[in-house]
Amino acid sequence: MGDLSINTELARRILTGFIHTEITRVGFKRALVGLSGGVDSALSCFLAAEALGAENVLAVCMPYETSSPDSLEHAQLVIDQLGVQSITIPITDMADGLIHQFPDMDRVRMGNVLARMRMIVLYDQSSVFNGLVVGTSNKTEILLGYSTLYGDSACALNPLGDLYKTQLRQLAAAMNVPQVIVDKAPTADLWAGQTDEDELGFTYAEVDKLLYLLVDERYTPAECVDAGYAKQFVDAVVTRIRRFHFKRIMPPVAKLSNRTVGYDFLYLRDWGT
Amino acid sequence: MKLTLGLAQINTCLGNPEKNLAKHQEYVGKALAQGVDLLVFPELSLTGYVLQDLVPSVASKASADDPILAELLKSSQQLDLVVGFPEEDERNRFFISAAYLSKGKIVHVHRKVYLPTYGMFDEGRFFAWGDSIQAFDTCFGRMGILICEDFWHSSPPYLLWLDGADIFLFTSASPGRGLSVDSKLGTSRWVESINQAYARLYTSFVVHSNRAGYEDGLHFWGGSTIFNPNGDLVCQAPYHKEGLCVSTLDLNQLHRTRARLPLLRDERTAMVQRELNRILSQDKNNSGR
Repeated sequence: MGDLSINTELARRILTGFIHTEITRVGFKRALVGLSGGVDSALSCFLAAEALGAENVLAVCMPYETSSPDSLEHAQLVIDQLGVQSITIPITDMADGLIHQFPDMDRVRMGNVLARMRMIVLYDQSSVFNGLVVGTSNKTEILLGYSTLYGDSACALNPLGDLYKTQLRQLAAAMNVPQVIVDKAPTADLWAGQTDEDELGFTYAEVDKLLYLLVDERYTPAECVDAGYAKQFVDAVVTRIRRFHFKRIMPPVAKLSNRTVGYDFLYLRDWGT
Repeated sequence: MKLTLGLAQINTCLGNPEKNLAKHQEYVGKALAQGVDLLVFPELSLTGYVLQDLVPSVASKASADDPILAELLKSSQQLDLVVGFPEEDERNRFFISAAYLSKGKIVHVHRKVYLPTYGMFDEGRFFAWGDSIQAFDTCFGRMGILICEDFWHSSPPYLLWLDGADIFLFTSASPGRGLSVDSKLGTSRWVESINQAYARLYTSFVVHSNRAGYEDGLHFWGGSTIFNPNGDLVCQAPYHKEGLCVSTLDLNQLHRTRARLPLLRDERTAMVQRELNRILSQDKNNSGR
């Protein structure tokens, strides 16, 4: 129960096939990844390079002035190891253009601005590079709502969204993502010393096992407590899942007609391909 | 008697019957080159699987007048075919159907009886439920067709067995799920184990033709199989990719297995009927109806 070990070869096969198919069937052959220096974007970049060929992948580094120097260094390790194309576009000037208008802007608000600036840069580059943006959000983040809507969660397709963080690390290690990236503390790198686990108040190792029971195994919260998880922890996670559900769905359209997008106008994105 | 059987483990273009017809014809060409007698395509092979609101615009009539089936009926002059399509009946109900075509004729049409409408599946929203499970005669013996969820239930294969089928033709568009440490997905293990069990329990050939490819984030895992009446794996198509898998079946294996293991001879069908009647006449519901 709660064993999150995965067969990395099988995951790799399915996910590279997914990236290749879902990009080429709509007439593209290239992909972009916003490379942060963390393990999630590194793994997306590795998968995209294997699926499409390194020459068809553009790694976009988008540092802000407070970004850790480690982040760029680690991103460069990925670029050098894979031989993907790369471009560095600092977002300091564009972000500060907004941030400086609001001296009282708090850290969370500023973090959202940075994430959305990066989205603008990435989508702008996608039209130049003629490729699709490959996402980097993992299942843990998606379920906890630990992302910026229309920011880091924006993408054309997401190969990582059904892998918990601990599973994603297994796949990253198996694909030879540099060990220093696999091992380092996950961070949104919005301010010095920030880590995801400090901010969330629990570790990925702990929360992944709990999420697995709640979501994959359909345990009730009470059953999770019976299985040994602290009630406060279970309640906090259950609340987060519900509270941030809006980030996981398209904005609801107010229904007026007999046929409405989102309710009874139902087609896959792959319609006709 | 020998039967050279081909499993056409294809990917499809979602909602484009003409393009999928061209792929069927390509596979017919490949199969003929390998001496195939019967070529089995997967579920909804002419349209793709997650059709949703596309169903009414891509459905075919199960008739020689239908332009898509007419082309396949021409091909069936050269080899027998099982093809999958959304079928529109004369009263405009839509079914998930599979047709057995031979010598220019539609020999049999099976309409999917069990439409999964739970979890990731929503078939009952878009399709009508078939309500018949019948075996049919071919020049290679008596066969039966079931479509995906049909054989996740144990009663449809049982009915086909009692109705005389010796060769079970199962078709699927099975989305892969259940990643673990195992080298196979949970779905693959499940489907392979039940198909092997049916082959053993019914001392029959069990043929499974599954899809390959992707539709949005769904991945169809392939791995089509044939099990012989001993439950031994005769052949398996590769996982996760398209391909034609051809194997020549020695149909005399039915004789040898059933001489050793007379499960069919000893099956007590009248008792089953009596007990079913008793169970169904009870006021208490212990199962679905």
